[in-house]
Amino acid sequence: MANLTPWQQALLYTNRANPYPLYTELRKTPVSRQPDGSYVVSTYREIVSILHDPRVSSDLRKRSKADGSEAREQTTAYDREPSMITSDPPEHDRVRRAAMLHFGPPHLPNLVDSQETEIRRIVGGLLNKLEGKTRIDVVDEFAYPLPVGVICGILGVPKEDEPHFHAWIEAFMNGLDLGPEAASAAQQRLREVGQQGLQQLKTYMARLLVKYAKQPGPGMLSAMANERSGERLSHGELLSNAMLLLFAGHETTVNLITHSVLTLLRHPDALEKLRRRPDLIVPGVEEFLRFESSVQFWPTRTALEDIDIAGTTIPKGAPIIVVYGSGNRDPSRFKNPDEVDLEREDNGHLGYSSGIHLCFGGPLARLEVQIAVGEFVRRVENPRLVVDPPPYRHNQIFRGPRHLLIDIDGIRE
Amino acid sequence: MNASTKAKIADLVESFKTTGRIVIVGASLAGLRAAEALRKEGFRGHLTVIGDEPHEPYDRPPLSKQVLKGWVAADHTKLPRLETVDAEWRLGVAAVGLDRPNRLVRLASGEQVPFDRLLIATGTRARQWPNPKEAALDGVFTIRTSDDAARIQRALAARPERVLVIGAGFIGSEAASVCRELGLAVTVAERGPAPLVGALGGVIGAIAADMQRDHGVDLRTGVGVTSLDGDAKGRVRRAHFSDGNMVEADVVLVSLGSIRNTEWLEGSGLAAGFWGVGCDAGCRAFDINGVVTDSIFVVGDIARFPHVLYEYQFLTLEHWDNAVLGAEVAAHNMVSLEADRWPHLPLPAFWSGQFGVNIKSVGVCPFGKEIVFTQGSIKKRRFAAAYGHRGRIVAAVTFNHGKWLQYYAAQIERSAPFPPPPPGYDRPRKTKPIAAAFPDSRVPTSLPDVVLTGHDPTERGAEFRSSIG
Repeated sequence: MANLTPWQQALLYTNRANPYPLYTELRKTPVSRQPDGSYVVSTYREIVSILHDPRVSSDLRKRSKADGSEAREQTTAYDREPSMITSDPPEHDRVRRAAMLHFGPPHLPNLVDSQETEIRRIVGGLLNKLEGKTRIDVVDEFAYPLPVGVICGILGVPKEDEPHFHAWIEAFMNGLDLGPEAASAAQQRLREVGQQGLQQLKTYMARLLVKYAKQPGPGMLSAMANERSGERLSHGELLSNAMLLLFAGHETTVNLITHSVLTLLRHPDALEKLRRRPDLIVPGVEEFLRFESSVQFWPTRTALEDIDIAGTTIPKGAPIIVVYGSGNRDPSRFKNPDEVDLEREDNGHLGYSSGIHLCFGGPLARLEVQIAVGEFVRRVENPRLVVDPPPYRHNQIFRGPRHLLIDIDGIRE
Repeated sequence: MNASTKAKIADLVESFKTTGRIVIVGASLAGLRAAEALRKEGFRGHLTVIGDEPHEPYDRPPLSKQVLKGWVAADHTKLPRLETVDAEWRLGVAAVGLDRPNRLVRLASGEQVPFDRLLIATGTRARQWPNPKEAALDGVFTIRTSDDAARIQRALAARPERVLVIGAGFIGSEAASVCRELGLAVTVAERGPAPLVGALGGVIGAIAADMQRDHGVDLRTGVGVTSLDGDAKGRVRRAHFSDGNMVEADVVLVSLGSIRNTEWLEGSGLAAGFWGVGCDAGCRAFDINGVVTDSIFVVGDIARFPHVLYEYQFLTLEHWDNAVLGAEVAAHNMVSLEADRWPHLPLPAFWSGQFGVNIKSVGVCPFGKEIVFTQGSIKKRRFAAAYGHRGRIVAAVTFNHGKWLQYYAAQIERSAPFPPPPPGYDRPRKTKPIAAAFPDSRVPTSLPDVVLTGHDPTERGAEFRSSIG
């Protein structure tokens, strides 16, 4: 494909395993206009500036109707009522508050911490199951089952329904393509299947919420459906946010666990250091979030006014794409950005974004990954990569390996 | 510079780092962080930290919040140690004098501690109730130290009938908020027109006043407390106000601001006084004539330094960040030569929690003449507002809107135009700049007279002389 911009090239599947050289190219123009009229922001400072600018909207309904971009088409499909990630204040603040009421401080300051026992139990069980094996798939046998188990427990989504919603979410993920390959016949078919999956997830979640409204059950969704205070959400709001929480609550964490393991196996010095100093897992996970961001970019922002930035004017109405994965490798913000430094100082990465849309579940995800990767390092003997790079999933935003085959010598106690 | 000069200079620095003697006076946040930073900078010489309180360095912000509420014990706010500090800790003994010519710090115990470089970080103390007899009544407290907080916490836990808070700055307002959370009746007496007026101006002050009243505080503004009465057992019982009214109270919290601990520097020939200690933006102290010294550094609440963002006006910043960031700069400069020195150029920032609202601010609000509400809803107490001076944005404040603060911080750092461009959503009803309503001038202080003496350049100098008597 000739004449593609660096951004379009970065979106090609062949570059999924390593988009970073293209990001380097991209950063030469911190804010670059794309052929479809969208603006890609790739440098750390400019991304942070966009994320904190109240003239930038996350609400796709405020985007010009004429914009037929894939981002709008596909992300609005499941967002009849926008979720908090695609809304602006004051609605955003109200919804986020309503959700936080059942997730964190000040009302439930211990909820996340109270998951530690359950997380350790799941992680321990998963590693025990690997005993006797010499070749494992980190994704299917380790990274995936943990977050999905934890989020089901917190939200109150029955674990036995996991095979269904897993398939629907996977179909949706595979159907989402924001690059030049979106137009291919094969991708169009995947897109169809993805939209069906989304519809099925929506129907499923709507039923679950109705059930909880009639008969309260465990977890956050039931609590939100039965909220009687002023923080009560409408059914539509509840539905889109429940879908968001289920989806975002595990997909990104799967990728982070897998990428953390992959990164450590590619950097034996870091792995050895972590073995010797297990407490480095806390700053270590921050470094993994920087080094291989689970959300590579986010495409739903729109300029509500002309915005002057980095010598460019983003015109009113233009879509803005913030590339976290590139900002996190920006050498003007991070010293030796392409190196893994478990003790990196001042690691203000954008792995969880910044500003009012800062990752809602970040504290939970951190705890999960710290325990999972910490235990992996402690217990798995002599892990070695079998295929490098591993095969990646199709999705560009939620970038992560589909499989990660490794050979091991055993599992320690 | 030729190679041999360079090598000599490097030797000089290295030799100081190995054998130099550094004394830090003040063992709170700034002093501790500076001690850690010195070690991190590679200083291996003798380090002495002197503090008048017997406690290890502790964090003060929780004292007027979590500690008063009883969530955290007063002795549980010790500051985390970020680096191993191999220092001689002289805690519980105050520094009482500085002999500059001989480079000695005199202690209350009579000892003298020699130094090659000195860091002054003595901070501030609470302004006491002016009448010593009344101040000594049982139930009258000031809030500054962990011992203060422990005593007040016990007094509040005993469920007094009514608490009187004198002065509605941040500390007083936070304490009043805690009292209400504990279900205690509380009266707040403020001489100004509203709470927080000195720090945030009258427009925000009016909102803070509404907040207090909505939470059941008996807020009296525009009145002073003239006297406190005690009973036969020496317990405080009531307070008389300047408007002739009277309030029965069995706990009185005096929060009349702070006084800078500079008395020990009297006669030292430094530019030290009620205003703090004058210094350059590299934390080097000025002598009484305003000439910079090379071996004495100042940091934290008492450092008065020129700030480039505020027309190079000299500012003291009694903020947590200022202590931490200043400590790093001061420590670096203490072990570096001129070419390697750093400037201390913080964007001032502070926070407060009261009446269920998280208040955050960046910049220097009182520098602003105008204020404009930029985001959110005043009624719901979720908003951002910006302060302007000569058409430039100089500060911002948020109530439960802290995640937007960075947007304003970036504008303040580049002196962007005021008012800032309107947001695309969640606009407040009032969007026109109005007067920020800061008090015209501070209450007159009894200033010492500055007298210039001598004629010949070798003799010319300043002297402070008490204006009383």
